[in-house]
Amino acid sequence: MGEEGTSQWRRGRSKSQRGTEESPFVKWALISVALIFVLIFLLVPLLNVFAQALSKGWRAYWNALVDPDTRAAIRLTLTVTAISVPLNLVFGVAAAWAVAKFQFRGKSLLVTLIDLPFSVSPVVAGLMFVVLFGLQGYFGKWLDARDIKIIFAVPGIVIATVFITFPFVARELIPVMQATGTEQEEAALTLGASGWQTFWRVTLPSVKWGLLYGIILCNARAMGEFGAVSVVSGHITGVTDTMPLRVEKLYQEYNATGAFAVASLLALLALLTLGLKTLLEWKQARDYERAQQTAPEPEKT
Amino acid sequence: MSIELKNVSKQFGEVTAVNNVTVAVNEGELMALLGPSGGGKTTVLRMIAGLEIPTTGDVLIRGQRVNDLSVQQRNIGFVFQNYALFKNMNVFKNIAFGLKIKKWKRADIRARVAELLELFGLEGLDKRYPHQLSGGQRQRVAIARALAPKPSVLLLDEPFGAVDAKIRQELREWLVTLHHELNVTTIFVTHDQEEAMEVSNRIVIFSRGNLEQIGTPREVYEQPANEFVARFIGVMNVLELEVRNGAAYLNELEFPSHGVPDGQRLRIGFRPYAVQISADLQAYRYRATLRHTFFLGVMLRVELELPSGLLIRARMTKEEYAFQGLAEGSDVSFQIRQYRVLSREGEMLSPEVAATFDMPLMPGEGI
Repeated sequence: MGEEGTSQWRRGRSKSQRGTEESPFVKWALISVALIFVLIFLLVPLLNVFAQALSKGWRAYWNALVDPDTRAAIRLTLTVTAISVPLNLVFGVAAAWAVAKFQFRGKSLLVTLIDLPFSVSPVVAGLMFVVLFGLQGYFGKWLDARDIKIIFAVPGIVIATVFITFPFVARELIPVMQATGTEQEEAALTLGASGWQTFWRVTLPSVKWGLLYGIILCNARAMGEFGAVSVVSGHITGVTDTMPLRVEKLYQEYNATGAFAVASLLALLALLTLGLKTLLEWKQARDYERAQQTAPEPEKT
Repeated sequence: MSIELKNVSKQFGEVTAVNNVTVAVNEGELMALLGPSGGGKTTVLRMIAGLEIPTTGDVLIRGQRVNDLSVQQRNIGFVFQNYALFKNMNVFKNIAFGLKIKKWKRADIRARVAELLELFGLEGLDKRYPHQLSGGQRQRVAIARALAPKPSVLLLDEPFGAVDAKIRQELREWLVTLHHELNVTTIFVTHDQEEAMEVSNRIVIFSRGNLEQIGTPREVYEQPANEFVARFIGVMNVLELEVRNGAAYLNELEFPSHGVPDGQRLRIGFRPYAVQISADLQAYRYRATLRHTFFLGVMLRVELELPSGLLIRARMTKEEYAFQGLAEGSDVSFQIRQYRVLSREGEMLSPEVAATFDMPLMPGEGI
């Protein structure tokens, strides 16, 4: 019984294990730690936002959202995003194109500059623009003479947001463009396509998932940016408050429900972004798999 | 004259990729650009296409200088090594791409694509995407796409490199048939000398950016212009001989000195088929042991080892081998019927000077 039982147990163990796997205990222990971490630090706070927003009921939630100053904040966020994302789309595609397709002096400098907004603290970035465009700033007198307001006005917010979200599209596109290579584009040229036609019909379609991915990320960050916008906006209620700034202001005015209500909108945006991101990643992976595939040779009749 | 290159060179920074190349391609010809990797042949092809601009020299298509003409304006078809099919478009759209750019009518496009699908054996595949095709099918789609707008020249860059050996053979034969039917001037790049020999009307051989020889397959095989070509095409036994007392020697082998003075060196080469072998040790001048035989289908490649240790590659039919009663390890006598002088004291000979020589008969030899 003992010998038989031992060998049976061993067989059962080896069936579920490959040579390189840890024991089931270690595997499940690691998974549990990760899950608990996600639960405590990510999921629960997120759910709490919705719980707090609805704590005084649906009516209070709705009233918080239709408040005129809140509506102005939502409008401003949408406007800023509607300007920043297309701008960064153009810049990002141009930068990625230059880096992926050409060899030129200063290329590594450009790549470093593209990553700059990621390494700079958002507050520092905002301060940078105040120093440049503020009344006491470098261009201050020049702008004031022409009655152009940048700092403490919408243009400043747009500039700050464009800066912060610049890398997303470019960084997403560069590796994808480099992986695709230039042969397809050269083929298009030999078939008579102009540079522009090649770009539209061949280059863009081949990077579409990466491009969409970059846009999604850019959008999410543009809507949610706080630090840089906080420095340049001046916090003028109803005029230069974006949604994140509005959340801060409402909370400081002890209007917790209101604050959480606006925050819940941003949280919904986050969830939507996450969903789309996952979908696009899947599509990209599938495209990549297909590129590696070759059908077998057909039988010769 | 369909395409001409006159003194064309291409520099990439410090590197000379193509060095002073002059070639004239005839209308309707099927020409191979052959050579080892890095030889400059792909660069030459790309300069004809307009994908590279020559540093110096002229590229002419049908007598017109096209250096300043863009790729789009040259009306050439180009097939890339890795097909470069548009992976987001199906087979129909890939082939129709050039026609769409040229603003052909929809009905005309459909007719032309159908014509090509039939000609290339791709019927029924028009809705498939590149990743759903086999390697051979992809290559044919790539060629169909290049030929759809009826270019005056077809350029192929190692078209069969990425395909299995068996398929490569089939595609090769298919290309020859296609060329016969369509009669488009075709230039293709390859590093496979068998492919170049089998397929082309003429071969241009490149090495390190230099043009080594232009000729028909027969010419480059039987009359190689220099040692590089001699060694690159087919199998060649190359011997370095030292001249003593008015004759050139390498161990026991003796050759005429061809005017080289005593003390200097002479390089000669001879093909395996030029070696005559006999089991009768008295038949020929030199002795050797038959070391290895390699089965090549119709012929046998035979490796002879001389008493000095020198190895010579020879060839005979299976019948001859059996008739002579030979086996690995047999002692044989042999002689070298024909050889070429490749160089004297390191200096390359021009094609007119280097010629094939018949070995002068020794006294007593009668065969």
